[in-house]
Amino acid sequence: MRQIENVSRRKFLQGAFGAGAFVLAIRYVPLIPPLLAQGAPADWQSEADRAAFHPNLFVGIQADGTVYIVAHRSEMGTVIRTSLPLVLADELDADWNRVKVDQGIGDKRYGDQNTDGSQSVRRFFTTMRECGATARLMLMQAAASRWNIPVAECSTELHAVIHKASGRRLGYGELAAGAAQLPVPKKEDLQLKKPADWLYIGKGMKSIDLENLCTGKVVFGMDARMDGMVYASIEHPPVFGGKVKTVDDRETLKVAGVRQTVSIDPFKPPAAFQPLGGVAVIADNTWAAFQGRKKLKITWDNGPNESYDSAEYKKELRETAHKPGKVIRSVGDPDKTFPTENVVEADYYVPLLAHAPMEPMVALAEFKDGKVTAWAPTQNPQAAQAIVSSELGIAKEDVVCHVTFLGGGFGRKSKPDYVAEAAVLSKKLGRPVKVVWKREDDVQFDYYNAVAAMYMKAAVDEKGKPTAWLQRSVFPPISSIFDVTQVYGDPPHLAQGWTDLPYDLPSIRIENGPAQAHVRIGWLRSVANIYHGFAVQCFTDELAHRAHRDPVEYQLDLIGPPRTIDFTNVTYPNYGADYKTYPWETGRLRGVIETVAEKSGWAKKKSGKGRGFGFAAHRSFLTYVATVVEVEVSDNGTIRIPRVDTAVDAGIVVNPEALRAQFEGAAVFGTSIVRSGEITAKNGVIQQSNFNDYPVARINEAPAHTNVYITESSAPPAGVGEPGVPPFVAAFCNAIFAATGKRVRDLPLSSNFNFG
Amino acid sequence: MIKLKVNGIDRTFDGDPEMPLLWYVRDILALTGTKFGCGMALCGACTVHKNGQAIRSCVTPMSATAGSEIRTIEDLGANGLHPVQRAWMELNVPQCGYCQSGQIMQAASLLKGTPHPTDQEIDDAMAGNICRCGTYQRIRQAIKLAAEKVA
Repeated sequence: MRQIENVSRRKFLQGAFGAGAFVLAIRYVPLIPPLLAQGAPADWQSEADRAAFHPNLFVGIQADGTVYIVAHRSEMGTVIRTSLPLVLADELDADWNRVKVDQGIGDKRYGDQNTDGSQSVRRFFTTMRECGATARLMLMQAAASRWNIPVAECSTELHAVIHKASGRRLGYGELAAGAAQLPVPKKEDLQLKKPADWLYIGKGMKSIDLENLCTGKVVFGMDARMDGMVYASIEHPPVFGGKVKTVDDRETLKVAGVRQTVSIDPFKPPAAFQPLGGVAVIADNTWAAFQGRKKLKITWDNGPNESYDSAEYKKELRETAHKPGKVIRSVGDPDKTFPTENVVEADYYVPLLAHAPMEPMVALAEFKDGKVTAWAPTQNPQAAQAIVSSELGIAKEDVVCHVTFLGGGFGRKSKPDYVAEAAVLSKKLGRPVKVVWKREDDVQFDYYNAVAAMYMKAAVDEKGKPTAWLQRSVFPPISSIFDVTQVYGDPPHLAQGWTDLPYDLPSIRIENGPAQAHVRIGWLRSVANIYHGFAVQCFTDELAHRAHRDPVEYQLDLIGPPRTIDFTNVTYPNYGADYKTYPWETGRLRGVIETVAEKSGWAKKKSGKGRGFGFAAHRSFLTYVATVVEVEVSDNGTIRIPRVDTAVDAGIVVNPEALRAQFEGAAVFGTSIVRSGEITAKNGVIQQSNFNDYPVARINEAPAHTNVYITESSAPPAGVGEPGVPPFVAAFCNAIFAATGKRVRDLPLSSNFNFG
Repeated sequence: MIKLKVNGIDRTFDGDPEMPLLWYVRDILALTGTKFGCGMALCGACTVHKNGQAIRSCVTPMSATAGSEIRTIEDLGANGLHPVQRAWMELNVPQCGYCQSGQIMQAASLLKGTPHPTDQEIDDAMAGNICRCGTYQRIRQAIKLAAEKVA
C-alpha cells in the first residue's frame, strides 16, 4: 500500500530543492515480501532485501519549471536511469527536456534498490506512474485555485496546466509554490493515463547519459576521487576461507610510492558480503600499490577448501545427479511409466562462471567522525550500507553510499564486499581509501555462477513424444554464502527454468541433489536459467532429432495447447512476483516461438555441411523468449554466428530501444558462456586470472547480427536484462549440432569439444 | 625527467619510468576517461593515441612516451564531437559505457588509416577491444556511419 505525502517544507530536502519548490514523497506501508508469502525461504536475499518495504520516492519541481526525478536503481547499461524516470515524467505530462535525473543514494526509504533480477521496471512501474499522476493532479488543483474554477475543468499538456474554456495556461514552474501547500490527494482520486495517451512509455528515449558515455565524462566507481585519498590493492587468501599465517612486507615498503601495508581480518563464516581478508598495500597511486603487492611474501593457512579440485568435483556432481534426489515437482508417476525400452538419457554440465564486468571491483570510502561516506559502483547500495555498518560497528544510517555509474555489473556488484574493504581500511588509516581490484582479483575472487550437472531422462512413444520425463539438477546453492550448511538448491533458483518445465506430459518428475560449495556462489546474469535452460532445451532438441521431427513443431507439441501452468502444491516463487499478476502462460511462449519461426524463415532453413540452425525457447524473469541461431563451422573448427533472431514477450515495454540493446548484448554474453566460459580450481586455487585464460567474446566471435522482435502486449511489464541469455545458449548449441552432427552436452566448447 | 604532450599540453614526469601511461593519465593527471580493464593489453579499455596511433596505455611505460604526443578521449573531439562519437550517439552504441572510450579511440585510429573499412578490416582492428555488454553489432554499424560522416 502506498501513501503519498507533500514534504516540500521538510528540512532535509532543502539541500536539493530551493524555496518555492514542490516535492512529493511516497511512503509505503509494509507488505509481506512475496517470497515469504509463497512459503519460500528468503535466506538467499540480503538483509537489505528483506527490510526493504518502506520506500519513499521523490519527484520535485522547481519554480523555474525544472522537474527533478530521483533514479534509485543503479545504472550499469540497461538505461534504467532513463527508463524509470521516463515513466514518471509520462504520467506527469512533463517535458522530457526539462527533466533532470538525480541518482539516489542507498536509502531504505526508496524501497528495494538491489538492481538485479531484471525487476526495476516491473517492481516500480506502477509506483512511478502514481507518483507522476499525483504531482500532476496537485498542479491542476493549484491552477484551479488560482483561476477559481473546479479542478475538473483543468487539464494538462506538456509541462503546463490549461483551462480549455478560457484558453488560460500556467506552467508547472509557476504552479510549484502553490502545489507545495496542498494536501496530497487520495490514491482513489488519481487518474492514470490510458495507454493510448502515453507520451513516452512504449516509445522510449535514448539514455540521458549518452553524450557523457561517448566522451569519457561519466564517473564510474573507478573514476571517483576524494582529496587526501590513498590507493589500496589487496592480496586475498588464494583459497576461499584461507587466512594469513605470516607476512613479510620489507621489499614492498621499498617500492616508490608505497606507504604501508595493512592486514584485513578473515571473514567469520558464513562469508556473505564480508571482506575475504588478506593484506592491503597502501600507496600514492594505483600502480605503486600493484607493484608493492608483487613484493609481498605471505604464507597462508588455506583451510579445508584446499582440497577442492574442479575436475574431481565435476565427477561428484555427475554421480549425485545419477542418484535419486529431492523431489521438487511431480506430475503423474514417472516410476511406473518408465519402461526399459525407448528410454533416452543425457548428462549436461555447465562449469563455474565468472562475471568479469569491464570495470573490476573498486570502491572509495572515507571514515570520519564515526561515519562512512562511500562512492561505489554498486547494484546494491543498501547492502553496502549494511555490511559497512556491521564491519565497522556503526549504525546503517551513518553509512552514506553514493552510487556511481557501474562499468558492468551482471550481478557481481550486488555483493558489496569490496565496499566494505574500502571502509575497513579507511577506518584503520584515518583517511579516504580507494580499493582497486586487478582483473586477476576479479576473476579469482568472484561470487561464481554455480557449476551444475543435469541428468535428463525420457521414455518416448512411437512418435518420439515423451510419456515420462525425469530431470535432476545438482549445483552448490547461492544460499551457501549465507548459511554454510545449505547444499540443496533454494526454491527461487530451482524455479529458474527447472520447477517450471512447461511441457504438457502425463508423467514428470523434477529433482534436485545436494552439492557442497567450495567457493563463493552468487547470481550471474540469468543465474540458474543458464544451466537449466541449456539442459532442458538441448535435451528437447535431442529428442526432436531422434524422432526425425522439426524441433519447433516438436516443442510446440510438448508445450501443448495454451494454458496457465498450475503450481498448486508446488513451491514456485515466480521471481518474487504475484502469480495472479504474472502467471506462467504457455500460450505466450507459443506466441514467441511462432513469431521467431516466421521471422527467421525457420521452415526454409536447411542445415548441413558446416552450416546449422538451432532453436530454443525459455521463460525467465517473467518474460517469454524464443531464439533461432545460425552458425557456420569451418573445417578447422572456426565458429561464426552470422545471424540471431529472437522474439520477446516482456509485457508492456517502456523503452523498446533499451530492450533491443539488452537482447543483442545477451546473445554476446551467451556466446562467451558457450565458447569459453569456464572457471576451474586446483588445490582450492582458481586457475584463471585474466582475459587470456578466461576469454570473453570479441567482435569477430560475437553474432554478426541479432534481430529482435518485440510482442505488442498489454500484460504488466516483465524482465528485460536477463531473459535473452538462456535461450541463446541452448539455441547456439543446437545450431552446432545441426551444423556438425556433434552434441554439446558439456560447456564450454573450448574445453570439451573437438571439431577436428 | 620525461617530457611529453598530453592533449596538447606540455607535461613532465619524474616518477617511476616503468609506470604505465594509463596510471599517469588517470591517477596523476586525473584524466579518468581512459579506463583500466586488464593491465595486460588484453581488453583495450585503456586505448589512447600516441602520435596519432592507437596504443594500449596499460602496458606502455612512461619511458616509452618521451617526446610523444598523447591524446585521450577527453581531447578527441576538442572542437566538438569527433565523427566517431557522433556516430556512436546516433546509433546508441554504449550500454554501461566503460569500454567505450577505448572502442572510440580505436575506431578513430582505424578510420584515420582506413577511411572505408570492410567488415573484415573492422573485425581485425577492433578484436582487441572487449565489450562485455556486447555492443559489437552497433560498433560495427557506427564505424561505417562514421566513415560516411568523414567522407
